[in-house]
Amino acid sequence: MKRPPFENVSGPAAPLPLANINTDAIIPAPYLRSPSADLGAGLFARLRYDDAGREMPDFVLNRAPFRSARILLAGRNFGCGSSREAAAWALVRFGIRCVFSPAFADIFYENAFRNGLLAAQMSQEGIDHAVACAQTAQDHAHFTVDLAGRTLSCPDGQQIAFDVPAFRAEALLRGDDDIAVTLQYADDIAAFRASDALARPWIHDFGHPA
Amino acid sequence: MAAETLFGKIWDSHRIRTLDDGRDLIFVDRHLLQETTSAAAFDGLAHDGRPVAQPGLTFATQDHIVSTEPVRSLASNPGGRELIDLMGRNARSHGITMFGLDDPRQGIVHVIGPELGLVLPGTIVACGDSHTSTAGGLGALGIGVGTSEVEHVLATQTLVLPRPKTLRMRFDGRPGNGVTAKDLVLHALGRFGIAVGTGHAIEYTGDVIRALPLEARLTICNMSIEFGGRLGLIAPDDATAAYVRGRPFAPTGRLWDEAKAYWRTLRTDDEAVFDRELSLDVSTAAPQITWGTTQQDVIGIDEAIPDPTTIADLASRRRIQAAIDYMGLTEGRPIEGLPVDVVFIGSCTNARLSDLEAAAAIARGRHVAPGVRALVVPGSSAVKREAEAKGLDRIFSEAGFEWRSAGCSMCVSINEDIVPAGARCVATSNRNFENRQGPRSRTHLASPAMAVAAALAGAIADVRRLA
Ligand code: SF4
Repeated sequence: MKRPPFENVSGPAAPLPLANINTDAIIPAPYLRSPSADLGAGLFARLRYDDAGREMPDFVLNRAPFRSARILLAGRNFGCGSSREAAAWALVRFGIRCVFSPAFADIFYENAFRNGLLAAQMSQEGIDHAVACAQTAQDHAHFTVDLAGRTLSCPDGQQIAFDVPAFRAEALLRGDDDIAVTLQYADDIAAFRASDALARPWIHDFGHPA
Repeated sequence: MAAETLFGKIWDSHRIRTLDDGRDLIFVDRHLLQETTSAAAFDGLAHDGRPVAQPGLTFATQDHIVSTEPVRSLASNPGGRELIDLMGRNARSHGITMFGLDDPRQGIVHVIGPELGLVLPGTIVACGDSHTSTAGGLGALGIGVGTSEVEHVLATQTLVLPRPKTLRMRFDGRPGNGVTAKDLVLHALGRFGIAVGTGHAIEYTGDVIRALPLEARLTICNMSIEFGGRLGLIAPDDATAAYVRGRPFAPTGRLWDEAKAYWRTLRTDDEAVFDRELSLDVSTAAPQITWGTTQQDVIGIDEAIPDPTTIADLASRRRIQAAIDYMGLTEGRPIEGLPVDVVFIGSCTNARLSDLEAAAAIARGRHVAPGVRALVVPGSSAVKREAEAKGLDRIFSEAGFEWRSAGCSMCVSINEDIVPAGARCVATSNRNFENRQGPRSRTHLASPAMAVAAALAGAIADVRRLA
């Protein structure tokens, strides 16, 4: 599916500087039971709500200005655990457009870009500075992400560099449909299949037992 | 020709081309679907009017959300009905073979893949589930993907991925009494941590690995994702071929001979260079159990809960303290003897026949402690039948365990099988994250034998005292 092109993002950045935030924490399993679940409401549900479903006032996304966060500042190994793409969907539905972390888990990283969510790698020092800014800047926590320039501007005026491979940044900025891009190679795929069917016939030519 | 790793040989033989951005377009031999991560992928196809490229190479099951009631029907699981129906409808309308609730071949996707001969040595298997790495136990590349990539595979039978780096993890020494494949991989997680494999394909080697039976190799590779690895694998050998032979979708006749000859070439060349090498001696490892909320929070059964005040690094100290608080533990105390409420024997890590046999061997003639709920959930309907043919169901029932139908169950608690809030569970699954088995559930990961020992004692116990 064609995505809307990524545009530079401005707004509050929510600090959640824990390491190893896993996909179960990002979107708990009960939200995966039905295709119509409200994933934005489910984002970080176990951290956000108590057992009675009430908001827990201490959690960052329950506090102004982070209720309308567009950016998430996280610790290393963000998105580890399962392959559930609902983790990326929940972030996007909530309104998060960019996640910064010193390191992302592999499957989450792929899932993020396929949903127009920028997963940007930033040094731990950079994260620490941005987190400190977000925690002290109160309700004027105004950050700006410049994807082409690979910088995050903090409310204190400091600009922090981040890393995104060029091809991923370009695909985000164009809003590529990844399947359409691959289908440009349909001839290569067909040629591979034809020769592979000779080399490894047991892969392609196997009967379906009754 | 340059020396090559096993991973490199398989990857390269599936590479259709390398794209300008450096990523590889690779062919997917077998695409396996499960009900919770595929519905949106079919919606995407419908939206763009795209067909499934290779329905004959695509297979579906229902495992995550299904009820595991001993006698079940669609009505046993009203909450999962919608996704179960959608999987069935999507499979039918695209001509995809599905092993649904009533099919004798139904089961956890990573259990039935090898069991049905869908996973073969040297293949690339994709599935919208992180534990697809299990396939590596047969010398296949099992690649877990998200829903967008499920849609991509459905539409193109390919994946576009950066080529992972390579990591060799060698296991040396002689495993002690009571130390199973699960203990080996947990021990390695304790040593190397949950991010050591990020961006890597892990090859497990060493005499300890070579000597493992096939189902134990599946257990090791299953937990590759727990290291953060993209996939993990073990070189196929004669035992692998013997395991695959005669399975429903395995090659036969002339194709079998050709396939088997090719599988002989699937090994890492002596001179091949890995991006990273790790090794550990397992001789002194005791049976393992996790105490905390990530899989690296693991100790031997004879060890004590760590004391955060002895940890210099502030961030680690805080993390360990938080895990101790969540798990309701006291630092410095032995883990043995901690009372448990629930025991779960199941999941794609440890619910194959050999796992249930190991569990039954300990349970036989003994009884679950009062107040403990203990479940045995076979990994597939076939495992269930085979276990029943061997009388394992009776051993478990007589010992006070529930004998249930196949599915993911309490591994992910997306159906009705939930650990109550605050309750402590010893589980043979692979994730001990906060809230994983239900809100405020507390999970300790261990081997099937250790799980039985806990059920019998009503507390975390050392299986070596029972064997
Ligand atoms: S058993 Fe657990 S880990 Fe395995 S596929 Fe099911 S939910 Fe995932």
